[in-house]
Amino acid sequence: MKIVNVTHGSFYAIGAYAAASLTGAWLSRGYPPMLSYAVMVAAAILVAAPFALFIERVVLRPLYARDEVVILLVTYALFLVLEDTIKLIWGVNPYYIAQPYALLGSFQVAGMAYPTYNLVLVAVALLFGGGLAWLLHGTRAGKLLLAVIHDPEVSRAMGVNVGRYYMATFALGSLIAALAGAFTAPTVSVVPGLGVDVIVLSFAVVVIGGLGSLPGAAIGAAMVGVVRSLSVHYMPQVELFVIYFIMAVVLAVRPRGLFSLAEPRKI
Amino acid sequence: MKHDRTTTIIIAAFVLLVVLGKLLPQWAMFIMTVAFARGLVVLGLLLLLRAGLVSFGQALFYCIGAYAAGGLGRFFGISDIFLEMLVGGALAGVTAFVLGFLLARYRGIFFGLLSLALSMILYGLLVKTEALGSTDGFNILPSTLFGWRPDAEWVRYAVLVSAAAVAAFAAMLVHRYLQTPLGRLAPAIKDNEIRVEYMGASARRAVHVKYVIAATLAGIGGALAATAVGHIDPEMAYWTTSGEFIFIAILAGTGNVVAPFVGAALYGAIHTMAYDLSPNTWQMSLGIALLALIVFLPEGVWSLTGKFRARHS
Repeated sequence: MKIVNVTHGSFYAIGAYAAASLTGAWLSRGYPPMLSYAVMVAAAILVAAPFALFIERVVLRPLYARDEVVILLVTYALFLVLEDTIKLIWGVNPYYIAQPYALLGSFQVAGMAYPTYNLVLVAVALLFGGGLAWLLHGTRAGKLLLAVIHDPEVSRAMGVNVGRYYMATFALGSLIAALAGAFTAPTVSVVPGLGVDVIVLSFAVVVIGGLGSLPGAAIGAAMVGVVRSLSVHYMPQVELFVIYFIMAVVLAVRPRGLFSLAEPRKI
Repeated sequence: MKHDRTTTIIIAAFVLLVVLGKLLPQWAMFIMTVAFARGLVVLGLLLLLRAGLVSFGQALFYCIGAYAAGGLGRFFGISDIFLEMLVGGALAGVTAFVLGFLLARYRGIFFGLLSLALSMILYGLLVKTEALGSTDGFNILPSTLFGWRPDAEWVRYAVLVSAAAVAAFAAMLVHRYLQTPLGRLAPAIKDNEIRVEYMGASARRAVHVKYVIAATLAGIGGALAATAVGHIDPEMAYWTTSGEFIFIAILAGTGNVVAPFVGAALYGAIHTMAYDLSPNTWQMSLGIALLALIVFLPEGVWSLTGKFRARHS
């Protein structure tokens, strides 16, 4: 949608908090732990959806005509607001739900225990990536969306309900962020500031991959993940630094990211 | 052409501050000094914004300036305010000159994100550098002025007046710069870069120059903030610090070189009030204020003066 969305980090945090608190409540009542995964997903979607719809409908819609950079600032403002909203709703104490993580057990790889949950997470991520690619390039709605992004005015003239496409896209994007937060919640402690950390990282990822490119995002994420783990393993002092360093290098060589298309200059 | 009163206003404001400054309570002096420091950074941001560039990484130079000031005290025992500002600004300017070769090629969102990445590189480095205090940062020596160490009750005032002097000087210089051909190129670059090239001007070079000036101002601001606060930490290079500066720039508007300082003072006031009224939700108050500004006053607070003038003439 040509929106650089800082609020995305907040949705990640909202998803994580919703999943952690509701799944925690579910498990403490002694309900079947295997169903807790369903609760996680449902919690993230149900809690994040109203936020996403409200933000798109009320705040972003009147501002689409403004500059890309202005929209970035708007989402930054929303991010500040949501950050405190999260604190108001869930407080500042950390939440832990380790059960879904431990439940799947672990398996042995070359003599090291590896948690199955992480493997499932990778599969889920691939599934989402594939699903999104199919949605965008394989369905009528996806192709229409690409057209809308390319030129909203002409699309509107052709009879496409542009407003609805914007809303659906923003909601879908936010829900995926919330789900990502929900899936990550069992592996970390859910604390304030979760959103801040993830948003700068994901910016690095999408910029490395090229804004608006799905395979780019996947490869960027893989690069950032691998390089980060390597640096944690070999040179822990450069952990934070190395990600942005890669981003700067990639941008220096490919100014629009690895998988970006050439853009015509407007005269 | 209408008569330009900017220089007169700056000088009058400076004289007023020197005369009445001593009557201010200590906390107000402190807030104003920090506002001058932030105003200097935003003054640089104004140059870039006029060319349509939003730097999400001014914190990089702010932090370089602060650490240069801190380093002078820590390793050389120097605590002179003006020397700190000089070294901070110079170091930031040189860094920007080098980085500018890379950054001047980018526009729009990419310029913002790349500058953000660069500031985060510095943050990442500082956090892991034990010699510079890691995440805790370190304290700065009490400020001196040309070898003179003011008494405890005069320090704040001395720092405030020095800050005001530097800010006034910088504002006047930038004001002059905006009237040079290179300075007037900014709105043209924002509107249509290719036509700028057709005219025979180099947009890239103009952006490079603006970037270096902006960085130098940010470095001076950082050094000033460091000596005013007396403590520095890597948080100064974090991207939310850059966000703060952009907030002030939007709040102020890019209409005049005085606007950044008015904006910074207003921001200080909003921030202090929000913190006072609701310590736990001050971010929310800031966010709502920013949203309201973007929706209702897209040209910043400064645009109000134009409306006022239009109504009275």
